[in-house]
Amino acid sequence: MSNSHNIVRVSGVTKVFKLRKHNVEALRGVDLEIRAGEYLSIMGPSGSGKSTLFNMIGGLDKPSSGKVFIDEVDIAQLDAYELAWLRCRKIGYIFQTFNLIQVMTALENITLPMIFAGIHNDAAVEKGLGLLEVVGLGDRFQHKPSELSGGQQQRVAIARAMANDPAIILADEPTGNLDLTTGEEIIELLKRLSEEKGVTVISATHDFKMLSVSDRVVWIRDGRIDKVEEREQLTISVGEIAPRS
Amino acid sequence: MVLPFRKSLEISFQSIRIRFFRSMITTMSLVLAVSFLSFVLVGTDTANGLLQTQDPKYRQALVRAGYDLEPGATSTGSSAKERWIVILSLLVCVVGIVNAQLMAVTERFREIGTFKCLGALDSFVLRLFVLEAGMQGLAGAGVGALLGTVAALLNSLIRFGLVAWKHVYWLAVAKSIVFAVAIGCVLSLLGVLYPAIVAARMQPVEAMRVEQ
Repeated sequence: MSNSHNIVRVSGVTKVFKLRKHNVEALRGVDLEIRAGEYLSIMGPSGSGKSTLFNMIGGLDKPSSGKVFIDEVDIAQLDAYELAWLRCRKIGYIFQTFNLIQVMTALENITLPMIFAGIHNDAAVEKGLGLLEVVGLGDRFQHKPSELSGGQQQRVAIARAMANDPAIILADEPTGNLDLTTGEEIIELLKRLSEEKGVTVISATHDFKMLSVSDRVVWIRDGRIDKVEEREQLTISVGEIAPRS
Repeated sequence: MVLPFRKSLEISFQSIRIRFFRSMITTMSLVLAVSFLSFVLVGTDTANGLLQTQDPKYRQALVRAGYDLEPGATSTGSSAKERWIVILSLLVCVVGIVNAQLMAVTERFREIGTFKCLGALDSFVLRLFVLEAGMQGLAGAGVGALLGTVAALLNSLIRFGLVAWKHVYWLAVAKSIVFAVAIGCVLSLLGVLYPAIVAARMQPVEAMRVEQ
C-alpha cells in the first residue's frame, strides 16, 4: 500500500473560528497524507478539532490557511460547480445521524446522487437495487427511512455513499448513534466495501471498535496531530486498545 | 451535474404530499386572501350584471347593499376602500407565506445540507422550493378563488334573488377567477423567493452538525 498515491493531502491547515471577540483556533497547523485505498480513522476527544479537520478533507469547509488537496487538486481553487461535482462523484458521505432524505424511500435515497450525476433513471434504479443487495437490504427498497431501524438506515446511507463509485468515503462518527452490535456490523460493512472496491475510508470517531479495522489511526489533540499509528503499532485485545509499550 | 425537470417536479410533489398538513398551513393564508379577492371581484361582476338591466329597482337594491353608484352609471368597480382592504390582505398573505416558508427552510436544514453533500447545486435547491411554492400557489389559489366565487354568488343570490344570476356576465366571472388564481400564484412565488435563496445558499457543512 505504501506505493499507492496520496488521495488526500492536507498541508499546514489551520482554522480559526471567530467567536464574538475571541478567536478560537480549532486547527493549529495539520499536515497529513492519506493513501488511496486505506482505511483511516481520525480519533480524538470532542473539541479536539477532529470534526473540523474532517470537514476540510470533505471539501465542506475552507481552511483559514494552508491547503487541502484531493487527488492533487487544491480544493480552494474549485468553483461551486466543481465542488458539487467533487461531492457527487469523488466523495461519499456518511453521517452520525444517517441524514437520509425522510420523504424518499430507501431506493430513491440511493438513486438521488446518481441522478445528479446524470445517470439515466432505469440504470440508476438497477444499480441502486444492486447496492441495497450488497448492504443486505434488498427487500427493503420501498421503505421510508422512518420505517427502518438505525442500523438499516446507516446501511442505506452507506449504499448511497457508494452510489457514484467514489474514491473516498467520509464517515463522521458512523457508529455514534448505534448500539454495540449494530455498530460492529456497520464497521464490518465499511471495511468489506473498502477492501472489495478499493475505496479510501476516512472516519472521524471515538469508537474504539473502529481501530481494529483501521490501517492507520490519526490521533488529534488540541488542533494538532498528536500521533499517527500504523495498524501494526496498535496492540489490540478484546474490546480494548493500548499503545505498544 | 443535472436534475431533470421531471425529477424535480416529482421530488417537490412528493415533498408536499408527505408534509401535507404543513403545506396546508403554509397555503391557508393564500386561500383566505385569494378567496377574499375573488369574492370582491365576482361581487362586482354580479353587480355589473344587475346594472346592465337598467332597472331602477335593482339600482336601488345595489345602493342599499353599499355600492357607491354615480347617477346614470352603467357599471361599477370596487370602491377605493375595498381595493385597499384587498391589497392589504394580499400583503399580509405574502408576509405570512414568507414566514411559513422560512420556518419550512429551517425545518429542512438537514435535508438541504444532505442534498448539497450529494452534489446538488444551489440552483437545484432553489428550483425545488420554487416548484413547491408554485404547486402550493396553484392549488391554494384555485381553492381560494372557487371558495370566494361561490361565496360571492351565494351572497348575491340571498341579497337580490335569482335575478342576480340571470343577468351576471359569466365570462367576466371566469376572468375574475383566472385573475385571482394568477395573483395567488404570483404571491406564492413572491413569498418563497427569499426563503428559497436562503436555502440555496446554505453550506453543506450544516448537515454535518449533530444538534437539531
